[in-house]
Amino acid sequence: MPTATYADRTVEVNDEGFFVDPAQWTEEMAPEIAEAEGISQLSEDHWRVIKLMRAEYAEKGSGPSVRALGKTSGVSVKELYQLFPKGPAKLAAKIAGIPKPRGCI
Amino acid sequence: MANTIEKVSIIISKGSLEGIYPGLIMANGARAEGIEADLFFTFFGLDAIHKKRYEHVKVATVGNPGLHLATLAGGLPGMSSVLTHVMERKMGKLDIPGIPEFIEMISDTGADIYACKASVDLFELTKDDLVDQVKDIITVGEFYELAAGGEIIFT
Repeated sequence: MPTATYADRTVEVNDEGFFVDPAQWTEEMAPEIAEAEGISQLSEDHWRVIKLMRAEYAEKGSGPSVRALGKTSGVSVKELYQLFPKGPAKLAAKIAGIPKPRGCI
Repeated sequence: MANTIEKVSIIISKGSLEGIYPGLIMANGARAEGIEADLFFTFFGLDAIHKKRYEHVKVATVGNPGLHLATLAGGLPGMSSVLTHVMERKMGKLDIPGIPEFIEMISDTGADIYACKASVDLFELTKDDLVDQVKDIITVGEFYELAAGGEIIFT
């Protein structure tokens, strides 16, 4: 199993870099994961989405798709792509330390 | 990093519900993966971006063996509307948007939407007949220029 080091702690990740165990994630790790994905500064809106991803994962066992995220976060689809250009649901899940959301829409 | 797809150009050429959705889903899914995507509507596929028609796209009930419906039954008046209604309700339950909302969402993801010039001329349309999300009416040559370096998907 590959590992990554964020905020001086080693965590298990899968081949795509998603956390294997979301419990290993801490908020201090998020900026480092984001930076590795090309997001140099996490804004308030980024955090709103990241926290929502974690909350939804905790509740339902998987993160939301972009469409669902747009509906529940109050951040429009357009803004989501501005915040996370390389795929909002996918990137936000990675930064939030949860598995990649599965869903076609 | 293993092999990755960086860009897709998706052609939608059919005007039935089942002819349009796969291309829309693939374009939206590409953007969700961070893949660059363009959509090119040609021939009857133009109905998906036609202001007066895109709310009224129907399932093809004749010549569609996948429906497992006798051809004669499929041709009965109103059959297409009824089955379209059933399909839309099922899709609604899965939170799959209707075509107008889907087009808007795909445009919001940053995918560019184009109409085929030959088809627009053939059906005697103008840009005013098409939804605002259409970026341009382009020739097949211009489409290939846009698609250069990516994958082309024909639906």
